[in-house]
Amino acid sequence: MLGHVIERVAQALLVMLVMSMLVFTGVYAIGNPIDVLIGPDVSQQMRLDTIRAYGLDRPLWEQYVTFLTRILQGDFGRSFVFGLPVLDLILSRLPATLELTLMAVCGAALIGVPAGIYAGYRPDGVLAKVIMAVSILGFSVPTFWIGLVLIMTFAVELQWLPAGGRGETATLLGVQWSFLTANGLSHLLLPALNLAFFKLALLTRLARAGTREVMLTDTVKFARAAGLSEWTVLRRHVLRLIAIPIVTVFGLEFASTLAFAVVTETIFSWPGIGKLIIDSIQSLDRPVMVAYLMLVAFVFITINFLVDLTYLALDPRLRKARA
Amino acid sequence: MTAPLLEVTDLATHFHTRAGVVKAVDGVSFSLRKGEVMGLVGESGSGKSVTGFSLLGLIDPPGRIASGSVRLGGQELVGMPGAHLRKLRGKRMAMVFQDPATTLNPVIAIGAQMRMALEAHGVTGTEQTRERSVQVLTRVGIPDAARRLEAYPHEFSGGMRQRVAIAIALLHNPELLIADEPTTALDVSIQAQILAEMKSLVAELGMALIWISHDLATVSSLADRIAVMYAGRIVEAGPTAAVLRNPRHHYTQGLLDSLPARAEPGHDLVQIPGTTPSLLSLPPGCAFAPRCPRADAACGVMPELLTEGARQHRCWHPLGLEVAA
Amino acid sequence: MKPASPLSRFWAEFRESKVAFVALAIVVALVGVALAAPLIAPQNPYALADLVLMDARRPPGYVGSGGFTHILGTDAQGRDLFSAILYGLRISLQMGLIAGFIAFVVGVSLGLGAAYMGGRREAFIMRIIDLQLAFPAILLALVLSALLGQGKAQLITALVAAQYAYFARTAHGAAAAERGKDYVEAALSTPLPGWKVVFRHILPNCLPPLIVVATVQVANAIALEATLSFLGVGLPVTEPSLGALIANGFQYMLSGRYWISIYPGVALIVLIVAINLVGDQIRDQVNPRLKR
Repeated sequence: MLGHVIERVAQALLVMLVMSMLVFTGVYAIGNPIDVLIGPDVSQQMRLDTIRAYGLDRPLWEQYVTFLTRILQGDFGRSFVFGLPVLDLILSRLPATLELTLMAVCGAALIGVPAGIYAGYRPDGVLAKVIMAVSILGFSVPTFWIGLVLIMTFAVELQWLPAGGRGETATLLGVQWSFLTANGLSHLLLPALNLAFFKLALLTRLARAGTREVMLTDTVKFARAAGLSEWTVLRRHVLRLIAIPIVTVFGLEFASTLAFAVVTETIFSWPGIGKLIIDSIQSLDRPVMVAYLMLVAFVFITINFLVDLTYLALDPRLRKARA
Repeated sequence: MTAPLLEVTDLATHFHTRAGVVKAVDGVSFSLRKGEVMGLVGESGSGKSVTGFSLLGLIDPPGRIASGSVRLGGQELVGMPGAHLRKLRGKRMAMVFQDPATTLNPVIAIGAQMRMALEAHGVTGTEQTRERSVQVLTRVGIPDAARRLEAYPHEFSGGMRQRVAIAIALLHNPELLIADEPTTALDVSIQAQILAEMKSLVAELGMALIWISHDLATVSSLADRIAVMYAGRIVEAGPTAAVLRNPRHHYTQGLLDSLPARAEPGHDLVQIPGTTPSLLSLPPGCAFAPRCPRADAACGVMPELLTEGARQHRCWHPLGLEVAA
Repeated sequence: MKPASPLSRFWAEFRESKVAFVALAIVVALVGVALAAPLIAPQNPYALADLVLMDARRPPGYVGSGGFTHILGTDAQGRDLFSAILYGLRISLQMGLIAGFIAFVVGVSLGLGAAYMGGRREAFIMRIIDLQLAFPAILLALVLSALLGQGKAQLITALVAAQYAYFARTAHGAAAAERGKDYVEAALSTPLPGWKVVFRHILPNCLPPLIVVATVQVANAIALEATLSFLGVGLPVTEPSLGALIANGFQYMLSGRYWISIYPGVALIVLIVAINLVGDQIRDQVNPRLKR
């Protein structure tokens, strides 16, 4: 068990290293960062000085090593645009994105999984068809469009909820959170709904597909033959059997939710890291881009690791095999 | 003579598929007394398993019981509301399946699975469910049962898993147990052990048993009576010894001839020519006619199920009874 | 009775689903409309000289200075929205299909190649692809198109980079399953060169799942392109795709000029949902486990 954990940690570190290389070459090798740093009308001498100051005259591998050493010391450089340390910048925006993402993902799971199980349990029912129709919409309609429709409907036409911003915040553990105040919560609702839509559709479809297959197995037949009620069969047997693929996707989707927060935060002017990255992409603020991508990779790897541990809890067969 | 425990009359179970209506079970009748063991024999696709599921009311769409009657202790089960039927399943009648690897839930400890089955019929409380589970597991021959409640199905061998499944079926001392090929997936030596165990359980608990199998040899060592199914119908039924010694139907004869134990050393096994017909395109008369050595024009009409004493057969040219022409 | 070919049986089963049939009809109609856009559109939305600023942001039904009725209104530059949507549809479809096709070729070659080579090279290629699949496609496309700059070729590169991995994994999965089968062993023992075995025997057997992925990925490419254009890193404003049209109208939405965003959006949604419905039906028909 412990050996397995150590092996996974080592793997994760290796993946992070590979990611850092890809991100570094990707972001720094394409295009010329110097054009962003200085205007086109400065003298040739100044241009060369700047290049030297940023170490851009060194070979790429050497730049990478410098970059890596700094990162290991927690130094992601300074934003070209804001002039602030990138790490501080990202950390100050992170809570807004975290609460948005968490609310979206948890909401999607709490609604999507039961809806999918129902649709898989009664695949020919009217309600199942409605659920699947909505999920096809959620699956195919781009997030930004759903955001527009939500604003049109609830903010412009009905005027029930605000169209953007974080609203009032309250402090918990030294960080500002929107979900702690009624006003902040009303601001959080639409963007979270927007971000949740895709996951909702995805989890619904997964739960439906899993349920349809599990319902045909002997395990379910045997449970019914023993006189278990349909409710018990669904809650105790089916839910446990479909949990593994759902947890996998749930984990992976958490990382992609961070990515889709880019779109949602842009539409709803939500001041999180998604809004930060889209601004930095538009201004080619490379240090921010690199730090953001590394952060997403880190989150993704951590979640993968946690998902792997959850497997062990969910599937006793693995516990034995890996012990 | 006491009233039979189980009375099945003209049971028909049909599946409405895209390709047409599949009459998996088509007019099956039999009855079973308390403590009696009946072997239900046939090839795969003969409708024997569907018959078993029909008795429990476990036919999923697109299948449904089209007509007929199933009475358990005088109570009609066909058309009974699902919630009432559920209260009988596992309590008064139970079922064990072929492959214990797929019937038990792989991700739930067996103690928890047994507890669910107990709670389904009102036995609750940690102490009570534990006690009963250990009692039944011990009875079916699981050593050190109290400690194994926390174990998961994959931690048992195939034979032990099937014993666990049988234990779950027996938790409420059912009057009727339906066993659908419960030894087919097991090693031969384990098969013999389970068969012996079933015999002693039936004798001890006084329950009726329907043993579904494609294997005449296994059935003959256990069953008081045998019913042979072909293409959704019973083609022959009667006391085990009589059916095996003097089969009436040519299909039964074919099954007997193909048993390895009957083969002469050094000779090929005898096979029934042809294959099981598709239930979608059955011939109008006797379904076995295309494979039957004795078939003639008369077989184009469906023969009735004739009764002679304790035996029944469905054939125009029964073996051992041929009228001199 | 003559035996039906697999394709005609497939088509017969497909037609049974009314939803899928209607969806397919819509896809065909939209492709037709997109192809014929220059013939149908009342105005050429790219001819900037023809645009009259006075006609900008007019509601549906407005009769403009050009003399014809703007049935869906006009956008911020005074473009006839109906014409702009037809041309936008053309660009969106073009991007989706080209990117989908290139991603298909690149992904399938990699996936089949890896399955054919086997051993360490296979493991290496598939590890990289798994790694990439785990990374959100939209971020990759976003960063790439930002770094590469605006333009059709750059956008297609970004879309392909974000999508080829899905094809690679599907092709590899199907090919790895086929590789172990007897008929492949048999074909490999003949003097046929290995790549011929891959293309003649393995590829055809991997096609059903690949077709499903391809349908979904074309829809995804269109949606992704629209998202990128909406975020301002996609195509230049001079040749707006549906996504860019929606983005242009976004700022006017809060002031009640809904049509500039909504109508291009409706066109986009109908297109994507219709493609996905077709893909869904194909998936259900290809999946043998759901067969009764």
